Amino acid sequence: MSRNKKLLRRLPKNIVLMVISLFCVFPLFWVVVAATNKSVDVLRGTLIPGTNLAENWKTLVSTYNIWPALTNSVKYSVVTTFVSLVVSSIAGYGFEVYHDRGKDSVFKVLMLTMMVPFTATMIPLYQMYAGMHLLDTTVGFILPEVSAVFLIMLFRQNSRAFPKEIIEAARIDGESELGIFFKMYVPTMKPTYAAGMTITFMNAWNNFMWAKLIMSNDATQTFPMLISNMTAGHYTDYGELMLAVLISTLPTVIVFFALQKSFVQGMTGAVKG
Amino acid sequence: MNKLSVKKRQSLIGWVFLAPAAFLLVVLKFVPLVQAFFMSLRTGRGSSMEWTGFSNYARMFRDPNFIQTIKTTLLYMVVTVPVMIILGIILAVLLNDSKLRLKGIYRTCIFLPAAVSLVASAVIFRSLFATDGFVNVVLLKLGILETGYNFLGHPGSARVILMVMRIWRWVGYQMIFFLAGLQNIDDSLYEAATIDGAGRLQSFWKITLPLLKPMILFTTIMCLNSALQVYDESVNLTGGGPGYSTMALAHYIYNTSFVNVPNFGYSCAMSMMILIFVAVMTFVQMKVGDRRE
Repeated sequence: MSRNKKLLRRLPKNIVLMVISLFCVFPLFWVVVAATNKSVDVLRGTLIPGTNLAENWKTLVSTYNIWPALTNSVKYSVVTTFVSLVVSSIAGYGFEVYHDRGKDSVFKVLMLTMMVPFTATMIPLYQMYAGMHLLDTTVGFILPEVSAVFLIMLFRQNSRAFPKEIIEAARIDGESELGIFFKMYVPTMKPTYAAGMTITFMNAWNNFMWAKLIMSNDATQTFPMLISNMTAGHYTDYGELMLAVLISTLPTVIVFFALQKSFVQGMTGAVKG
Repeated sequence: MNKLSVKKRQSLIGWVFLAPAAFLLVVLKFVPLVQAFFMSLRTGRGSSMEWTGFSNYARMFRDPNFIQTIKTTLLYMVVTVPVMIILGIILAVLLNDSKLRLKGIYRTCIFLPAAVSLVASAVIFRSLFATDGFVNVVLLKLGILETGYNFLGHPGSARVILMVMRIWRWVGYQMIFFLAGLQNIDDSLYEAATIDGAGRLQSFWKITLPLLKPMILFTTIMCLNSALQVYDESVNLTGGGPGYSTMALAHYIYNTSFVNVPNFGYSCAMSMMILIFVAVMTFVQMKVGDRRE
């Protein structure tokens, strides 16, 4: 009796959450339906996953040059994530563990970059890159994203939980400062790295404007750029298009679910007063 | 080695650790920003640019497309940011309930759109709302419409769809930040409040919201910043059309710089407007945030 009562009390909450969950998932469910059906069936409004996946794949691969775009996206995102985590985490560690008044002031100034809209720096950056022959290169793609103030903040905040005694003990044992960072700090901060990795990878994978600006040809373009170009024509093959959308979504979904637990854990404590 | 020099050495190592990141931020954010400002005071093309003072700024207010796109951008911001934040908080509070059975499933469902790229999201919504798209098929079958309605071909409905798409894409993302923020709140606070006879709504206003404030401030600034720079959606959902009716300012700036006859000076002047808006919004947020301290 009391158990039923408890369930009943949660019923409105469950209904609200269920409706919102459905609203969130439906467009993605429809992507799966469309990717596995013929375009004509999609246009008829079918909602049952079909058997046309292999056919859609064949059309997609034969009409568009998807492999370079896919490998580029993977390459750009993985390199961005890796370099960005190294650069930003060591900076966050430096700001917190060795903090003094000077470093705190520098941090405050750097925080201001969070307010700098990318649109406002885009043109000078483009000219700078063109001058340095960085257009159409991986370095060109990653450079604006490598040092992210959000990541530095994340690592700076989470470093507070890293026990000072460990650092002191390691120093007495004669460990170098860089050694302490790599051998002790990095392994203990796994959840923070997971959170940073998830966010950076998603941003890099989904980056569109900058990629569109500096990647000028089929050999260097990214997967989102390819999808964007697919809709340029007049006729749309929904099966093929939605299969491409599905493929573009899989990596970020996989990264998120693989790191989900640590993601929330790593975010916790990142933004405190 | 005496103690002072050890301290100094360590401080120096700290500087070395943060130097690469700080250097990159200065070179890739502050320097281009200053360059963009100086460029905004010049007109012309390539190396033949001339100093013309604030003429680019004067031009903005005579440019109907600028006025249209900035209005549209502000509309997107004013509507979507509060919805995302408020809905994000509500969802996080609803899900922050250890006895809720399907918690994991709900959280996953609501976050899932955030893993989809903005380009892909725009393409999905564009297909769903196409004249021959799913929504029209359903409306036709139900007899609500007699012929397919061109949702994205009419300014009003196209703007609504763009905003719905943005909310769909971002709400789960905000929710995750708030969920993380809620983890930091000690359960004993709520227990104490209940013992003191506080209702749930009261606990929410007196405990949850004040303690979430830093997180709300942070997410709001991020949301405002991203709303003022809508680009991917504007390009991929509607192409800015019909006419310039759904085009966001960042899209117009991009087109003025790289698609139409390039005019870097004018583009930079317009991008300074985005900077001013972001700065003002952030400042107001900080002030409002401080006041209730």
